[in-house]
Amino acid sequence: MSGLVLNNVTKQFGAFTAVDDVHLSVPHGTFVCLLGPSGCGKTTLLRMIAGLEDPTNGTILLDGADITDVPTHKRNLGMVFQSLALFPHLSVGENIAYPLRIRGAAREEQKKRVDELLTLIHLPGYGDRPVSKLSGGQRQRVAIARALALSPRIFLLDEPLSALDAKLREAMQVELRQLQQKLGITTIVVTHDQREAMTMADTVVVMNGGHIRQAASPIEIYRKPADTFVADFIGSTNLIETKADNSGAATMFGHRVTGLALPAGAQKATISVRPEDVHLTAPGNGAIDGTVTFVRDLGGTIETFVEAGGQQIIAVSTPRERPEVTAGQAVGIVLSPDVCVVLKQ
Amino acid sequence: MKREPPQSIADYGPLFFPAGMLLIFFVVPFGTMIAVSFFQRQEGGFYTPAFVFSNYERFLTAFFGGVLGFSLMLAVTVAICCVVLALPFTYLLSRLTRRLQVIWLVGLLSVLSLSEVIIGFAWSTLLSRTAGLSNLLVKIGLLEQPVALFPSFGAVLTGMVYQALPYTILVLYPAIVRLDPTLMEAARTLGSSPIRAFFNVLVPALRNTIMATLIMVFIFALGSYLLPQILGRPQHWTLSVLITDQAIYQSNMPFAAAMAVFLVLVTLGLVALTLLIGRKGEKA
Repeated sequence: MSGLVLNNVTKQFGAFTAVDDVHLSVPHGTFVCLLGPSGCGKTTLLRMIAGLEDPTNGTILLDGADITDVPTHKRNLGMVFQSLALFPHLSVGENIAYPLRIRGAAREEQKKRVDELLTLIHLPGYGDRPVSKLSGGQRQRVAIARALALSPRIFLLDEPLSALDAKLREAMQVELRQLQQKLGITTIVVTHDQREAMTMADTVVVMNGGHIRQAASPIEIYRKPADTFVADFIGSTNLIETKADNSGAATMFGHRVTGLALPAGAQKATISVRPEDVHLTAPGNGAIDGTVTFVRDLGGTIETFVEAGGQQIIAVSTPRERPEVTAGQAVGIVLSPDVCVVLKQ
Repeated sequence: MKREPPQSIADYGPLFFPAGMLLIFFVVPFGTMIAVSFFQRQEGGFYTPAFVFSNYERFLTAFFGGVLGFSLMLAVTVAICCVVLALPFTYLLSRLTRRLQVIWLVGLLSVLSLSEVIIGFAWSTLLSRTAGLSNLLVKIGLLEQPVALFPSFGAVLTGMVYQALPYTILVLYPAIVRLDPTLMEAARTLGSSPIRAFFNVLVPALRNTIMATLIMVFIFALGSYLLPQILGRPQHWTLSVLITDQAIYQSNMPFAAAMAVFLVLVTLGLVALTLLIGRKGEKA
């Protein structure tokens, strides 16, 4: 198939396994985010795709060809580093032209391409400036332009936006996604910021402990997390222990939840319910009994903390559907079965 | 953060001690030397205060000009050899594990503890016909019979590079370790082989450090006077050797002082020129 395929890729540093038997296929032209906490192996995985680390085991295929043993400089890829790694001794234009110069491109061709790329990153006329005179966001764009100069087959970015302030970061996320869609280039971004992943990616790959926990579209990752780690790492969630009663139906807090099926034969399971799916009503009427402990009114959203069966449940609502409750008040919690996601053990 | 400029005399306090040391141990001796260089030499004896230019006039001959030229050439060659050898070595060193780096650095420091005399005689043995390295070459069949590799220019150069190399590595090491390792990785992802990246990323990024190191080794090599005598022929003697000869064996202090002053001026001139060229290159 066209695109990038990782087969059984493993990387060990001494006794430590950074990436453990990873399978991943990235179809041509898709935008993939490797998401996970620090130390989960996402950067190591990206560096193996770039050829900066050799896998201990496994193969990496690009458009059907095995590139596992191809040195980095022959892989035809573009990479943006966390530090950006702009060459301090070269101007903006010379930085962008560097890969063209290495390939021995003619001077006019270099200049044409540099101008093209400077326009693409909205910095026309910046070619002669020294890199040190640019702002953080501008450097970011120059690093992106340099990585794209040769129209690489894959575009890799290692925490590219982490050095920018929050506002600029949000803007660059949108810009980066639009750029990728315009160029149709296969892109893999490493990030620990789930908003970044949700904004940009076609596929989010959630990693932890060297394993891929789930690889799916952002909305599927959010709506149907595979396990407790993914459910907890992506957004905030309520994790509720559920037991099977004698008849096999699911119960939580002693209430039977009709319509919710546990995996066949399972005595108990953890389910995830997103806070915006928790519905608060008057107590009784078959609802789960709870007591409001705190109300956090953030203006745009209202978080209601409810204690039920010794566990804290958070409900999030918009001002329009504000639950008129105060701390200490008894409420009923309604969880419809279709918002309860049964997690893998 | 901007610092306040010093307000009172007391604010300059911390400067008094180093300034005093510099005055006593550098300005005064150097001033004395300049003064002596204008004194009149007493034949077979000492010298009397005067203000004559004869010491400088005597220096302006083809012979001393030639020695000065050779000294500068030798120092420049040593500096270039050291940097060319030390740069790749230090780069590879910086990529080793911390533990191995420490072992190497301790080894280099121990070379620094060797005196110039020991280095000179060690190399004169190594390069000799009877016990030297050429016997090894004969053993492995590269040479017909052992040859004496000293005294020669090559021997002087070898000894001086050996002596200056640890300094060179220790000066380059901090700058290379501090250099962002992703610069080289970025060059590789952009299509540069590691060797090309070394030349078109690492070397230019370290330009200022390399320049400073060249100047340091150059000045260090200029002062060498034992190794040229042990490992070289009289035509390989440097100005420092002649200064020592005049000052100690000929008891001609004024002439020795004049040569020393001249050497300092030429050195300062060359360093200034190098810095000027370096600054221009940076602007361009």
